[in-house]
Amino acid sequence: MANVIDDETIDYVGILAKLELSDEEKEQAKADMARMLDYVDTLNALDTASAEPMTHIYPINNVFREDVVVNSDGSEESLANAPKAKENQYVVPKTFA
Amino acid sequence: MKQYETVIGLEVHVELATKTKIFCGCSTAFGGAPNTHTCPVCTGMPGSLPVLNKQVVEYAMAVGLATNCDIARECKFDRKNYFYPDNPQNYQISQLYKPICTNGHVEIEVNGNKKQIGIHEIHMEEDAGKLVHDPWEDASLVDYNRSGVPLIEIVSEPDMRSSEEVIAYLEKLRTTIQYLGASDCKLQEGSMRADVNLSVREVGSSEFGTRTEMKNMSSFKAIARAIAGERARQIERLEDGLPVIQETRRWDDNKEASFAMRSKEDAQDYRYFPEPDLPPIVISDEWIDNVKAKEPEFKDAKMARYQADFGLPAYDADIITSSKKMADIFEAATAICGDAKKVSNFLMVDTMRLLKDAEMDPEDMSFDPENLAKLIKLVVAGAINSSVASEVYEHVFKENIDPEKYVEEHGLKQVNDEGALRSTVEQVIAENPQSVEDYKNGKTKAIGFLVGQTMKAMKGKANPGMVNEILQELLK
Amino acid sequence: MSLLSLTAVELGKKIKSHEVSVAAAATAVMDSIEKKDAELNCFITKLDRDAVLKRAEEVQKAIDAGELTGPLAGVPVAIKDNMNTKGVLTTAASKILGNFVPTFSSEAVVNLEKAGCIIVGKTNMDEFAMGSTTETSHFGATKNPWDTNKVPGGSSGGSAAAVAAGEVPFALGSDTGGSIRQPSGYCGVTGMKPTYGTVSRYGLIAYGSSLDQIGPIAKDVTDVATILETIASHDPKDSTSVKREDYDFTSALVDDVKGMKIGIPRDYLGEGIEPEVKDAILAAAKKLEAKGAIVEEFDLSLVEYAIPAYYLIACAEASSNLERFDGVKYGYRTESYEELHQMYKKTRSEGFGAEVKRRIMLGSFILSSGYYDAYYLKALRTKAMIKKAFDEAFAKYDVILGPVAPTTAPELGSSLSDPLKMYLSDIYTISVNLAGLPGICLPCGYDNAGMPIGLQLIANNFDDKKVIRAAYSFEQSREETRESQYLASED
Repeated sequence: MANVIDDETIDYVGILAKLELSDEEKEQAKADMARMLDYVDTLNALDTASAEPMTHIYPINNVFREDVVVNSDGSEESLANAPKAKENQYVVPKTFA
Repeated sequence: MKQYETVIGLEVHVELATKTKIFCGCSTAFGGAPNTHTCPVCTGMPGSLPVLNKQVVEYAMAVGLATNCDIARECKFDRKNYFYPDNPQNYQISQLYKPICTNGHVEIEVNGNKKQIGIHEIHMEEDAGKLVHDPWEDASLVDYNRSGVPLIEIVSEPDMRSSEEVIAYLEKLRTTIQYLGASDCKLQEGSMRADVNLSVREVGSSEFGTRTEMKNMSSFKAIARAIAGERARQIERLEDGLPVIQETRRWDDNKEASFAMRSKEDAQDYRYFPEPDLPPIVISDEWIDNVKAKEPEFKDAKMARYQADFGLPAYDADIITSSKKMADIFEAATAICGDAKKVSNFLMVDTMRLLKDAEMDPEDMSFDPENLAKLIKLVVAGAINSSVASEVYEHVFKENIDPEKYVEEHGLKQVNDEGALRSTVEQVIAENPQSVEDYKNGKTKAIGFLVGQTMKAMKGKANPGMVNEILQELLK
Repeated sequence: MSLLSLTAVELGKKIKSHEVSVAAAATAVMDSIEKKDAELNCFITKLDRDAVLKRAEEVQKAIDAGELTGPLAGVPVAIKDNMNTKGVLTTAASKILGNFVPTFSSEAVVNLEKAGCIIVGKTNMDEFAMGSTTETSHFGATKNPWDTNKVPGGSSGGSAAAVAAGEVPFALGSDTGGSIRQPSGYCGVTGMKPTYGTVSRYGLIAYGSSLDQIGPIAKDVTDVATILETIASHDPKDSTSVKREDYDFTSALVDDVKGMKIGIPRDYLGEGIEPEVKDAILAAAKKLEAKGAIVEEFDLSLVEYAIPAYYLIACAEASSNLERFDGVKYGYRTESYEELHQMYKKTRSEGFGAEVKRRIMLGSFILSSGYYDAYYLKALRTKAMIKKAFDEAFAKYDVILGPVAPTTAPELGSSLSDPLKMYLSDIYTISVNLAGLPGICLPCGYDNAGMPIGLQLIANNFDDKKVIRAAYSFEQSREETRESQYLASED
């Protein structure tokens, strides 16, 4: 196995992805990721230097809307599914130190 | 002690003056109750998708053209990924790989020295929502009314060396963008925000030092204080043999100190990648020409024209053109009354005083320039004297009253009737023998007191020139 | 013949001619779901019977008044649970959306409702469409109606199984790497992924935004074309929605492939394919050849690179698309937490299943600092080359023919233990998504165990009609297909 994913990397990815893995899950994730990376490394056999990265399939561009207000008060709908709300706002753990 | 040079680059965020958000049809108006200007798109509902507001592209292009940037023929949006509750999708749609404008510059002037400040790029992005602290629950409350308000971020080169240069640069951007109508650029309200990237190095060094990024300054003065504070902090570390750490710091203007915003959970690895939900923007020469054609006369050109056409002194022309609103009032009032000098005086003296007293941004002046013009016509016609004019102007400024009606209704017309003036002056002379004597003994200043007493007796409406003449004659 | 054996279009005709009432059709379908779904588990949410009948009554009135005249008016439908349905639970088969009730419907659903369709429920799927078996669902696996020890395929397994079992006449699915076509193949029904941009993605809970596309799963090609004609639209709310020149997909229901050039990629018949599947595909090709098509094998290059490129792109996009599930605005929030980041981590770790976490981790890693060029950009370059390979192929051929999967439906529980092996089974479907192409899967035979084999037909972007015509022609020449044990038991 060419790719080795260490604890530090898994912890770092956990911070980026906001996922907390148990020790067991972590071991599994390290193995899975290494194996997947080994597999995707097969792409290295392909010379892609001449190809431009393709983000969109079609040459469609300039899809715009006009600057016209079309929405009215959306607070009720926006907050309809909030796990915790107060005074028309979402409640989250404090963000101020 | 070693001599240090400060190296500063700025990241300036400007909220654009569109009616709707960048990716949905919600209003950008200030002051709505929390979350009333929201929809599935700007609250990050599953299944919602962004659609770009064309006006955002046009404003960004206009600012790019006005700051001598190259406009990208193709630009794209990218996602910037980070978790924070003010960011409903936990990614911000921004531009990293192909921004709309690059490679520009503006010219600033500090103490008579001109200097070019490079603009690395300008990109379009969406603003975040607002977080407020709820002391009752020791929690935070999220309001997405500002989520998705369009921003441009103007990234300068590290070309500034002092807070004076920084402020001159910001003033330049502010007036330029205000003239374009692309934003009202108010630091206090957050529609213009500057993050300061600062490093220090020994004078003569060609290498840059390690820089920090400072956020959260809401006035030019706070920016100047933050620059001084951060320069001192970095120099102190270097003098102590400690490295400067590349980090983001939050400026606390009350404490006059900055604090690192580091956290274990804050990796600052934004995993940018092209936004698959938005096709590219292709900008033709024709589109650029159209935007260019709508370009207004900017401050520098206006200033030159005011000096040439209206004979304003450079100083006055500078002050008046430093606000688009002020310049608009000047031009409109002058066109009606034809007396540029008098309009200029009202703006330079009375207006500046009233703005200062009210701590008001000139852009927020809302009176009709026609009312200023009418007021000046009354003065020129001798219908009111200058002190009454000042008083009436205050009402024009604050309440946008019609001066003709106001003068009529309040009986403020100047008294030019020689008989009435003469009898009042005679009475004042009779009541103030001491001043009369002083005057006759060569204290010529005493006449000022007598003029004042006459004006007072006539409730300020006397023609001051005539009062003076009559006094001189009677005291001979 | 039972109502439940009818195709959607056949049922629509009977409703139109007042042979069957809308309420009777809806009732038959709801009874069927009631009877079979306890075992098959095709549905996450079944709509309230009274609400469905009330809607049926409204639609009946509109039909009687001549306001609703389309072919699908009054026909019941099931919607994959990753498409928003206003006021109806929409979970994407995830615990993290276990209580999410959208405030707006997907554009595709709105289009169906405008046409008078009656939504009866939301179908099971792999969690966030990540999987090929419908076993990663938080709400339990769906079983294949042909053999309940087997998977129905995925991720639109609930939709495909529900149609195969006669629980509903048709359903909507979504296809990111084969998620409509492969379960259609495993369940012996007909499913189509149209050209990217043909059906609006507005209201579809995104997995891989550049790859996702909604499409129909039904009993035959006529249904598929009719449904596609109903759900396709240029939607200003989806910036990647395309304004097509043609939306008249049913006009391609023509039994004629004379002179049509059909290519079979040799790589699609090589290593890993089961002989029975290969034989069935080649026999299907022969049928089309007998009808006048010009069939030949050719080398479609880069086939082995499609899967790694796909997983890099899909996981990267997914890692970002799924960031919004954080316990702040909707869905699940962990019970106890002390601060913000702990709330995020606990919510997401408890709310997402193993496969979703695996893909989010991979996607976050490959986009992270230092790896973007090596992985993500490399994948986008590969995608460009794959698209070019298809362009070259379609310069020579009208349609590409091949299997939908190397095998028929595998046993339940046999795939998840080895994710990479599961990914590899997507080899024939994935490149179609990378290139945005239209692809259809329809039954073309059975293996020795009696499990259906799926034939896949692919055309160039916007040539959806070529796919429909080729599929329709093949369908006309095909021996009668059998019915799944569940559908057959109706009579």
